[in-house]
Order: sequence, then structure tokens, then C-alpha cells
Amino acid sequence: MNTAIQAATEEAHNPLVPVVSEIVLALIVFAILFFAIRKFVVPNFEKTFAERTQAIEGGLSAAETKQAEADAKLAELEKQLGDARHEAARIREEAKEQGAQIIAEMREQAQAESSRIVEHGKTQIEAERQQAVTSLRAEVGSLATTLAGRIVGESLDDDARQGRVVERFLADLETATPGQN
Amino acid sequence: MSFHVSLSKGASAAEGEGGGFIAPGPGSFDLPPVFEVAGFDVTKPMLLVVLSAVLILAFTYAASRKQAMVPGRLQFVGEGVYGFVRNTLARDNIGSEHFMKFVPYLFTLFMFILVNNYYGIFPFLQFPSFSRIGFVIPLAIISWLIYVGTGIWKHGPLGYLKHATVPSGVGGPILILLIPLEFFSNILVRPVTLTLRLFGNMFAGHLLLILFATGGAALLQSGNALYSGVGILSFALGIGVSFLEMLVMFLQAYVFTLLSSMYIGEALADEH
Repeated sequence: MNTAIQAATEEAHNPLVPVVSEIVLALIVFAILFFAIRKFVVPNFEKTFAERTQAIEGGLSAAETKQAEADAKLAELEKQLGDARHEAARIREEAKEQGAQIIAEMREQAQAESSRIVEHGKTQIEAERQQAVTSLRAEVGSLATTLAGRIVGESLDDDARQGRVVERFLADLETATPGQN
Repeated sequence: MSFHVSLSKGASAAEGEGGGFIAPGPGSFDLPPVFEVAGFDVTKPMLLVVLSAVLILAFTYAASRKQAMVPGRLQFVGEGVYGFVRNTLARDNIGSEHFMKFVPYLFTLFMFILVNNYYGIFPFLQFPSFSRIGFVIPLAIISWLIYVGTGIWKHGPLGYLKHATVPSGVGGPILILLIPLEFFSNILVRPVTLTLRLFGNMFAGHLLLILFATGGAALLQSGNALYSGVGILSFALGIGVSFLEMLVMFLQAYVFTLLSSMYIGEALADEH
């Protein structure tokens, strides 16, 4: 090695002066390499890059579509839920109204019924009273006449007379003490 | 070659008694031909350049062939490098309208420089191809042709000349000074700086590495215990410099590609 260096040193040429064969060789080798890379390598890389970009963008757009679909579905569901709530509220309101109406009707009916019952009772009582008064009047009349007959000792069987007496008696009785019978 | 002389001086101070050590210099980059084809010397860097094309094509093709949606490890690395060149270097500098036309070139350029640079620290290969300026010049010329061609395609020959040399917002007699300067810096100097930046970094980096390695070896073999210690230090530093070189190797590939795409982007721009 030393001798080789020594030999080379002796005839050392200026390193800034190129050797023509090297220039030619570099040109040829570089040209071949350039055309080979341009033809075989760069298209491959470019294709891979483009495909990858496309794949990523495709994935992104697919994800976006899915997202949009999900959003639409969510909105739809929310709308349905809102509708259902609204419907429920409406039904509840209706039911409340109906309930109130029913209650009012029932109350009215009950009131009518009760007043009818009361009325009925009143008339019945009135009728019974009337009946009682009539029968009492007859009873009291016969009783009084019997009694008076016994007292007077005379028969008061004469109906006309008897009737007059009783009427007078009762009239006296009513005028004397109106609140006591 | 003052560079060579100063290195030799530095090395001779550390030379052992027996003194057979020749410090590495520019001559270390003139490797003897491995074999000869039809009168042409075929050297190691030439083989390495050819090998790099094979490696790059094999790697990028294997990485891109499957086109899996979920990439495996190889595809992931391939896509990472390709995506880096495509998006960060090409699209951000050229603009999303036209960048795809230039991606194959920029990607090839980046991979080609990257692999040939990393030869410098790869065991057994250990020679960065681009420390030979002959391999760098074609790349710079191609980049130059592409960005000038793009500018002419976009603005027309005279339009591009104006676009490249007349700074916007400047008028009057100052243009007499500016136009030659702009022409010089934008049209003439750029391919030269592209070449020299890459070549210089690789050349100097490799020189540094072989200096640490061969110098360390010479010091170790000197038989002097003190010198041997320094030799070990030299190896340790060499390892440190190797890591630094790894960074430089990537950066140079990055910078060359970045500048190429920036020049293209500038040629395509509507205004300065």
C-alpha cells in the first residue's frame, strides 16, 4: 500500500483537473440510472402515494357519510321522541279535560238526582202530611163529635149539623193556637 | 501543491526514526487501475460509480415494487427518502405546479450523491467517488442545463436572460454594474460552486480520514511508546471524524440537490 501511495504521489496530478474518462462514465451511468428510476421507480412511488391518499380520503369520506347518517338518524329519533312527548302531553291534557268534564257532569247529575230525590221526598212528605191531616181531621171530627155527644148527651148524628160543629171547632182551634197543631 | 507540502511537514515531525511514512496527499486519490479495457484504465472509483447505480436501482426498485398501502420496512425507508426529496426538496422549492417534472432527476441525483459519498466510510470500499472531480462535473453541468433550460422554456431566451440578470426593483445606472455581476453569479459561477462544494468536501474529508488512519498506523509501528499513545489517539480521532464525515456526506448530497431544485424554482419564478 505504501509503495502504491508513493508511486502515485510522484506523478500526482492536480486533483482539480478532471479525467475525461470519468466524466464520460459518470454521464453514462447517471443517464442510465436516471432513465431507469424515472421509468421503474418514480411511477411506483407516485402510484403508492396516490393510492394511499385516496384510501385515506376514501376512509375519511366514508366516515363522514356514516357520521352524517348517524346524525340524521339521531335527529329523526329526537324528532320522534319530541312528537311522542307532545302526543303524550296532548293526551294527558285531553284526559284531564275529559276527566274534569266527566266530574262536572257527574256532579251535575248527582245534584240533579239529589234535588230530584229531595223534591220527591218533599212531595211525598207533603202528600203524607196531607193524608195525615185529612185522616186526622176525620178522626178528630168523629172523636170530637162522639165526645161532644157524650157530653151533651145528645146524638149529633145528624151529619149536617155534625159537620158544621166540627168545622167551627176546628176553625176556633186554628185561630186560637195556630202553631200548636 | 502547497496543501501537500504542509501536510508532509506536519507528518514529518511525527515520523519515526526509520522514517518510511509518506503523508497522504492529492496523490492518494490517484488510484492505480484495477484493470484495463480497450486501452482505458478502469479504476476503483469508476467501479464504485457503476456499483452505486446498481445498488440504487436495486434498492429503490425493491422498495417501490410492492406498493403496499401499509409499507414494510424496506418500502418505508424508500418512501421516506423519496418523499423527502419529492416534498421537501422539490415541491417546496419548485412549487406544486411543475415540480413533478423534476422529481425523477432530483431523486436520482440525491441517491447517486448519497451512495457515492457513503462509500467513503463503508468498510473495504472506503473511497468517496466524488473526491474525483471528474464525477462531479457532469452532475453540475446537468443541473446547470436543467435550470437554464427551464428558465428559457418559461421566459424565452432573452426573457430568461433578463430574468436571471436584472434584479427587480432596481433601475438606472446601477444596472450597468449589477447586470454583469448577476450574470456572473447566476449563470457562470453556480455550476462551479456546485462542483467545488461537493468535490472539496469529499476530497478533504477523505484526506483527513486517511491521514488519521495511516498516520495512526505509522505512529503505532514506530516502536516509541509515546508515539504509540499518540497513534491510538489518532485512531480515536479518526473514528470521531468518521462520524462527522457521515453528517457531511449526507449534507453534501442534500445541499447539491437542494440548490439544484432552488435554481430550478428560481428559473420558474415569475418575479425575483
